[in-house]
Amino acid sequence: MIAGWARWLRTGSARAALWQGAAVLAALGLIALAVANASDNMARRNIGFGFGFLLSPAGFDIPYHLLPWELTDTYGYALVVSLANTLFVSVLAIVLASALGLLQALMRLSGNPLAAGTARGVVELARNTPQLVLIVFWYFAVLQALPVPRASLMVGGAVLNVRGLFLPEPASANFYWIAGAGLLLAILPRVPWRVRLLGAPALLAVAIWSTAWVRPELRGFNFTGGVRLPPELLALTLGIGLYTSGFIAELVRASILGVAPGQLEAARSLGLSRPRTMRLVVLPQALLTLIPPLTSQYLNIIKSSTLGAAIAFPEVLQIFARTVLNQSGRAIEVMVLVLGVFLAVNLLVSAAMNRWNRRLARQGLR
Amino acid sequence: MKRLGTVLRALVGTPGNAALTVALLALFAWVVPPLWHWAIEAATWDAASRRGCAADGACWAFIRARIAQFFYGRYPIAERWRADLAVVLLLAALLGVMVARRRRGAALLALLLGVPVVGGTLLAGGVFGLAPVNTADWGGLLLNIVLSFTAVAGALPLGIALAFGRRSRLPALRWGSTALVEFWRGVPLLAVLFMGLVLLPLVLPAGMTVDNLVRAMVVLTLFSSAYMAEVVRGALQGVPEGQYEAALALGLHGAQAKLLVVLPQAMRTAIPGIVNIVVDLFKDTTLVSIVGLFDLMGVVNQSLKDQAWLGLAAEGYVFAAALFFGCCLLISLAGGALERQFSSASRASGRR
Repeated sequence: MIAGWARWLRTGSARAALWQGAAVLAALGLIALAVANASDNMARRNIGFGFGFLLSPAGFDIPYHLLPWELTDTYGYALVVSLANTLFVSVLAIVLASALGLLQALMRLSGNPLAAGTARGVVELARNTPQLVLIVFWYFAVLQALPVPRASLMVGGAVLNVRGLFLPEPASANFYWIAGAGLLLAILPRVPWRVRLLGAPALLAVAIWSTAWVRPELRGFNFTGGVRLPPELLALTLGIGLYTSGFIAELVRASILGVAPGQLEAARSLGLSRPRTMRLVVLPQALLTLIPPLTSQYLNIIKSSTLGAAIAFPEVLQIFARTVLNQSGRAIEVMVLVLGVFLAVNLLVSAAMNRWNRRLARQGLR
Repeated sequence: MKRLGTVLRALVGTPGNAALTVALLALFAWVVPPLWHWAIEAATWDAASRRGCAADGACWAFIRARIAQFFYGRYPIAERWRADLAVVLLLAALLGVMVARRRRGAALLALLLGVPVVGGTLLAGGVFGLAPVNTADWGGLLLNIVLSFTAVAGALPLGIALAFGRRSRLPALRWGSTALVEFWRGVPLLAVLFMGLVLLPLVLPAGMTVDNLVRAMVVLTLFSSAYMAEVVRGALQGVPEGQYEAALALGLHGAQAKLLVVLPQAMRTAIPGIVNIVVDLFKDTTLVSIVGLFDLMGVVNQSLKDQAWLGLAAEGYVFAAALFFGCCLLISLAGGALERQFSSASRASGRR
C-alpha cells in the first residue's frame, strides 16, 4: 500500500498535482486570511459592504464635467461623469502625443541635421523627465502664472488666462454634422486617397465658414460664452501628451527604419516615385509593426490620466478615491470600482486594437 | 571643406530643407534669448528671500537655500553621512557588477542582497550605535533612489518567477501568473498606491500597522514585477529549445536546466528591457508624493509653500526636472555599459 503511494508520488503527474494543489491552497489561504481580517476590521469600525450606496445622492460638486451634473445626482452617475472626464483628457492627450510624436519622428528622418538634432533633444528631454513634473510644471509654473481675465492673452477668437482657455463655440449643431462627416471621410476604409485628402479638409472648411461662432466675452470678472477648457485639463493634456510624444516618436522612427531596405530598392526598380513608395510600400509595412507598441502607449496615456489627482482634475481616481471615499468611507467598494474601470477600459482598447491589427495583417498578406 | 559642403547641402540643399532650416532658426531666435535672459542673465543666485530676487529673472537663490532638503528631505543633518555612504555603497556595488570579469554571481548578490541589508541598516539605524532615523524623515532624491532600488531588487526575482510561472506546463501556475501579470499591467500605478493606502490597513490583522514607506515599496515592487515578468518572458522565448534539451541530455534535471542554462542566457538579452523598466520606475517614484511621502517632488511642492519663497514654481520644477533628467541619463548610460559588458563576455567565452 505504502509502496504504491511512493511509486505514484514519483510520477510526473503526481508532482504536478501536488505543486498546483500547494499553490492553489496558498493563494486561497492568503485570500481567506485577508477577507477574515477585512470583515473583522469592518465589523469593529461598523462599516458594511455593498454597492447600494451608488444609488444615493452624492451631494458634491464636480468642478469640470462634460456630461450634465447636479448636486442631487447619485454616486453611480458620478462614476459615469468622472469616467467621461478621464476619457476626454485621454483622447486629447492621445491626439497631441500622436501629432507631436509623428512630427518629431519626421524631423529626425528628414536628413536635415538641424531638424534631426532639435527633434532628438526634445525627445530625450520629454522621455527622461517624470510625467508628474511635466504636469505640475505646466499647471503651477505656466498656467497658474497667466494673467487675470481682465488682462487675458487673445489670439484670434481664443482667450487664454488664469481661468483657462476659452474657445469660440459653434452656434448651431450643423457644424458638428458637417465636421463629423469630414472626419468620417478621413478615417473610413476603402475611400480613394484623392477623395480623402481633398474631401476631408474641404468639408471641415465648409463647417467652419458656414456656422456662426459664439465668442467668449468678458462679463464682470470672467469670460462667458464659448467653450472653457480649465487649466487642470490643459496641464494634464500637455504634460501627458509631451511625455508620451517622445516615446511615440521613437516608435514611429523605428518602424519606418525597420522596413527592409530591399523593399525600397524593389519599389525604386519598379519606377515608383518617392511619395508613392512611401505611401504604398513603406507606410503599410511600418504601420503593421507600429500598432502593437503604439497601443500600449495609448493605454499608458489612459492610465496616466490618474495623475490628474495631483492637480485636482476631476477624473475617476480623484473623484472616487478622494471625494467619494472621504464622504462614504467605503474603501473596498471604491477601490474595486476604480481598478475595475481601468482594467475594463484597458481590456476593451487592447481588444479593439488587436482586431484592427489583425485586419491590417490580412491586408498586408493580400 | 568637403564635410562643410555636405552639411550645407543637407541644411539648405532643397527648397523644403532650406525652409525647414530657416523656420527652426527663427524659432530658436524667438525662444532662446528670453530663456537665456531668464535663466542666466537676469537670474539671482544669492538672496535671503524672494524679495531679494530680480523680478524678470530666475531666483536660483531659492534652490541654493533648499538644496539640502531636495537631496535628503528631513534626514537629520548630523546623520547625513550615513545616507551618503549608503548611496556610495550602492554605486560601488553597481560598478562592481559592471566591471567584474569573474565571480559575477557574487557581485550581483552583493548588489541585490548586500546593498539593501547594509544600506537599510545604515539609513534606519537603531543598531551598532547608530541613532535610529524614522522612515518618515527620509526624503528628497534619497527617497527616490531608495524606492526605485528596493523595487528593482525585489521585482527582479519576483518577475523571473512570474515569467517561469507563465510558461509553466501546470495550468494552475500558468493561469495564476498570467492573471497577476495582466492585473498589474492593466491598472494605473497611482490607483495601486491609493489601494495600498486605504485597503492594506483593512486586510491586515487588527493592531498591525505598516510603515508608509514600506507600503510604497511593496506596491512599487509588485507593480514593476509584472513588467519585469514580461521582459524576462520575452527573453526566455528567445533562448533556443536545444539549450534546454542539451542540458537535460547532460543529466541536469528540469529546474537546474532552467535556472543554470536557460535563465543566464535569457537575462543577457533582457538587459535593455530591464534598464527601461528601471528608468520608468525611477520616474514613477515621484507618484509617492501624491500619497503623502516626501520624495524630491514632495519636498519641492512643500518648499513652494514657504512664505519667504512664494511663486517660484518654475525654478523648483525646472530644478527637479533637471535632476531627474540627469539621473535617468546616468541609468541609461550604465545600462548601455552593462549590455556591452555582457555581450563582450559572451563573445569571449564563445572563443574558448
